[in-house]
Amino acid sequence: MDKFAYKPEAMIIAGRSFKSRLLVGTGKYKDFQETKSAVDESGAQIVTVAIRRVNLGQDRNEPSLLDFLPPDQYTYLPNTAGCYTADDAVRTLRLARELLDGHNLVKLEVLGDPKTLYPNVVETLEAAKILIKDGFDVMVYTSDDPIIAKQLEDIGCCAVMPLASLIGSGMGILNPWNLEIIIDTLSVPVIVDAGVGTASDASIAMELGCDGVLMNTAIATAKNPILMASAMKKSVEAGREAFLAGRMEKKLYSASPSSPTTGIIK
Amino acid sequence: MKISINGKIKVFDTDILTFESLVKELNLVGKRFAIEKNGEIIPKSHFADHQLSNGDKLEIIGAVGGG
Repeated sequence: MDKFAYKPEAMIIAGRSFKSRLLVGTGKYKDFQETKSAVDESGAQIVTVAIRRVNLGQDRNEPSLLDFLPPDQYTYLPNTAGCYTADDAVRTLRLARELLDGHNLVKLEVLGDPKTLYPNVVETLEAAKILIKDGFDVMVYTSDDPIIAKQLEDIGCCAVMPLASLIGSGMGILNPWNLEIIIDTLSVPVIVDAGVGTASDASIAMELGCDGVLMNTAIATAKNPILMASAMKKSVEAGREAFLAGRMEKKLYSASPSSPTTGIIK
Repeated sequence: MKISINGKIKVFDTDILTFESLVKELNLVGKRFAIEKNGEIIPKSHFADHQLSNGDKLEIIGAVGGG
């Protein structure tokens, strides 16, 4: 197969088609302009947002995130960050749906512990069931437990998003073997969410066969977020192409040099 | 009447207050937000005729940066 026989295929989530396999968060940036520049540089089409109380004291003309990232130009993925129970997560996403005029594609995350931000998979499963019954398309953040990942698919989640390592840790992919089992077992898109620290981490996730990567801190807290956004775009694309190209087999040694073994000057 | 909005008590100098008037009062016209009253979402289409009562608890939310 030559390079031109390969056409980048879209990532399909709940019937929606996306060219970019990089999903980005919008938190931790210096200001909205930096957020927008980083998002645009990353090429991401899906952006996560948090749902919070409106600051009522604010100036009427003070800009909001939505002024910089208009919802008709990006696919918003409202999240349930900060929720520790199924009830809170469901409540938050119902409000998000009202806020975004019926938009039903959401990121469910139910946390178990404020220190580690490790997901509570019991509450996550419970919330996912309620949301799916209520008509939501649920992309779900979870641990890298293959059994839980499969259960989340079975109850109808449209994408399963296991962590690479803890949220905001930048520790990279700690258990590629579990991710491989999840990718191997599930039919819905598998997106690594959380823990990516730098470009090579994203490439490794894609080389494993993940359908996409979701990140925020790695870009937003880089010394130059815009440049890191550009790096992440390339690393996700490179990892995807490497996965599709099919890597060579690893060998301790090969005794098969790349240069001819004949015609050597004697 | 007294209404709790995002955890803070706000006193209004009237006995009849619709969501539409409340939104004007709070300078939220043209902004993107959603409102929950006593745990129940009030759709924007109901703002004109839906009234507030003394002691109602409101949550008014919007989208902010997040991961």
